[in-house]
Amino acid sequence: MSAPLTLGAARPVRLSAVNPVAQLTAIVVVTVVLLVSGGLVTPLLVLAAELTLLPAAGLTSPADVLRRTWPLLLSAASVAWVNVAFGAGTGGDPWLGGLALAVRVVALALPGLLLAVSTDPVRLADALTVHWRVSTRFAYGALAALRLVPLLAAEFETIRLARRARGVDAGRNPVAAVRLAAGTGFTLLVGAVRRGSRLATAMDARGFGSGLARSNARGSRLRAADAWFVAASVAVCTVALTVGVLTGSWHVVFAG
Amino acid sequence: MAGPAAVRLTGWGFRYATRKAWAARDVDLRVGPGERVLLTGASGAGKSTLLRALGGLLPLETGDAEGELTVTGSSGTGIVFQDPDAQLVMSRAGDDVAFGLENTGTPPAQIWPAVDAALAAVGFPYGRDRPTAALSGGQKQRLVLAGALAGGPGLLLLDEPTAQLDPPGGDLVRQAVVSALADRRATLVVVDHDVAAWLPLVDRVVELLPGGGTVEHPPGWRPVPLRLPVRRPARADGPPLVTAVAAGFTHRGSTSPALAPVDVVLPAGRTLAVTGPNGTGKSTLALLLAGLRAPTTGRVVAGPALTAGLRRPDREPARWRAAELVTRIGTVFQDPEHQFLTGRVRDELSLGPLRAGSGDADARRRAEELMDRLGLAALAEANPFTLSGGQQRRLSVATALATRPSVLVLDEPTFGQDRETWAELVALLAEQQDDDRALCLVTHDPVVVAALADDELALGAPVGAR
Repeated sequence: MSAPLTLGAARPVRLSAVNPVAQLTAIVVVTVVLLVSGGLVTPLLVLAAELTLLPAAGLTSPADVLRRTWPLLLSAASVAWVNVAFGAGTGGDPWLGGLALAVRVVALALPGLLLAVSTDPVRLADALTVHWRVSTRFAYGALAALRLVPLLAAEFETIRLARRARGVDAGRNPVAAVRLAAGTGFTLLVGAVRRGSRLATAMDARGFGSGLARSNARGSRLRAADAWFVAASVAVCTVALTVGVLTGSWHVVFAG
Repeated sequence: MAGPAAVRLTGWGFRYATRKAWAARDVDLRVGPGERVLLTGASGAGKSTLLRALGGLLPLETGDAEGELTVTGSSGTGIVFQDPDAQLVMSRAGDDVAFGLENTGTPPAQIWPAVDAALAAVGFPYGRDRPTAALSGGQKQRLVLAGALAGGPGLLLLDEPTAQLDPPGGDLVRQAVVSALADRRATLVVVDHDVAAWLPLVDRVVELLPGGGTVEHPPGWRPVPLRLPVRRPARADGPPLVTAVAAGFTHRGSTSPALAPVDVVLPAGRTLAVTGPNGTGKSTLALLLAGLRAPTTGRVVAGPALTAGLRRPDREPARWRAAELVTRIGTVFQDPEHQFLTGRVRDELSLGPLRAGSGDADARRRAEELMDRLGLAALAEANPFTLSGGQQRRLSVATALATRPSVLVLDEPTFGQDRETWAELVALLAEQQDDDRALCLVTHDPVVVAALADDELALGAPVGAR
């Protein structure tokens, strides 16, 4: 079955060479800077720097980029629209304010997207447990659960058809359709919990969570390139802040 | 490093904290180092409980144990369960085998040689980087076995490891067990319903009795042959009820078809068996014939004998309303739990007739009649999800019969069942061959084909499986 949800080794791209914890550190830096930065110039400069990483993440054609980012662009556009529609009374040009907000939203979310498309979940779990001492029980338990997601999609379809075979369908009644979907979802959930507990037993049987110190077969190494990556993200943020302040566009905001 | 383990149980029993009855009792069993033992017994005799206890998976708080259980000389235990998808943890084959070694804190430098040795021992044909999602059921289970063997256990426990696999998949797993244990480096205890397949590979057979106690079968013992229903004489073709004309199916977004175009006729009064290896689209064909999916090429049409009384008789079955479908084509899915919709066996059986527009009294009468005939009367108030596997299977067939459909489509009705349930189901299906009903059975089981089928459609090699 070629389910589009299949999780596996992400095809390595150039950005995959950067250790996931270095990418996460850079994300923290960018997030902190953008959360306190009002105005258009600073987010715009950060976003421009992020866009140069798209090819390194394997997103080269505009169609690829659009397919991965449309929910993000849509939410940014709606944030901007809300600001234009309701922010008129707060002073300043509502259109400029809306644009600045939209750019901030995109600049905040894009690094997470870059991490997602360039990082194999296994490498992420390895890096988190090796470098940041994240609980192995959490990290590898989550990995095991992720493997079950594509199975759930196939099972949902089977349950739906099995209900039709029992004489249960919604016809054209939207209320019945919602109830049917809820019932199907419940059956699916029961099945998922059962399979999950069987998986937990199998993992226990293989010594998972036995209290012994766990080793890591693949390892996760931090290289000079990872330090450079974090340094570059700090540098970009510094430049963006400086230019923002010098042009008079920057002002401090809290979260909002 | 310790060698193969010795197992010794004396008057052993176990009762789960949530149950009144003992799951296993009065078990006496001795297994010497390096021996291979097959544990048999009817469903509910406590085989899986015993295996879990041997694997150390029944901690004190799960229930009460009595008697003695000792495992000596073991350098660890490996366990393989039924469902490979509920055992694989990682997305790549090598990482999954390494998982158990990581858990015991094995230094990374020793892990990869052990992984490669385990993969070679089970005859895994792919490299470490093979995505686990791309494996067949048999290969997945081989990988699970490699993971269980990687730590060099002195005791290997297999709990129905082939019950969810097709015959070639089961063979793959058994070959892997034989080659991995050729040097008797580990003691083997297998629980499986498929006694005949394991018999040549084990040294001894021990049967657990449902009421407690054990019986050791002597060397040369063979299971009693299955009792098959008397075959009724084949009938002449009745009118075609469902016909597939060059019907094929391709999943959305997929490049290779799940089912290559095929012509099928289901005439009244005959039984068709659909056979062939996994991946040839047998279950997909069943969904098309059952009116649950529309083919993406070709057509599936219903004959006039089936469409009588429909508002739009010209429509394909896949476009009928569900209430119209249940009185004409009944379907039994592989997993009965996917089909259960209510909290009581009684309601489960009257649901179909009610949906199809029968009155309350009629639906209730039909439910009573079916429960009596199928021996489910004592379970009328039970929740379908709490029934045993065999009872669930009988109930799912009964729910399909409740609306008296003229066509009955069953996907692997005898899959993974113990011998008793198998015989009950075949007898039940033989009873359905009267009344001019058309049956379509998807099955891997050659004995089912021999016992029931008038015609056989063998689907060919997987499409696009190059």
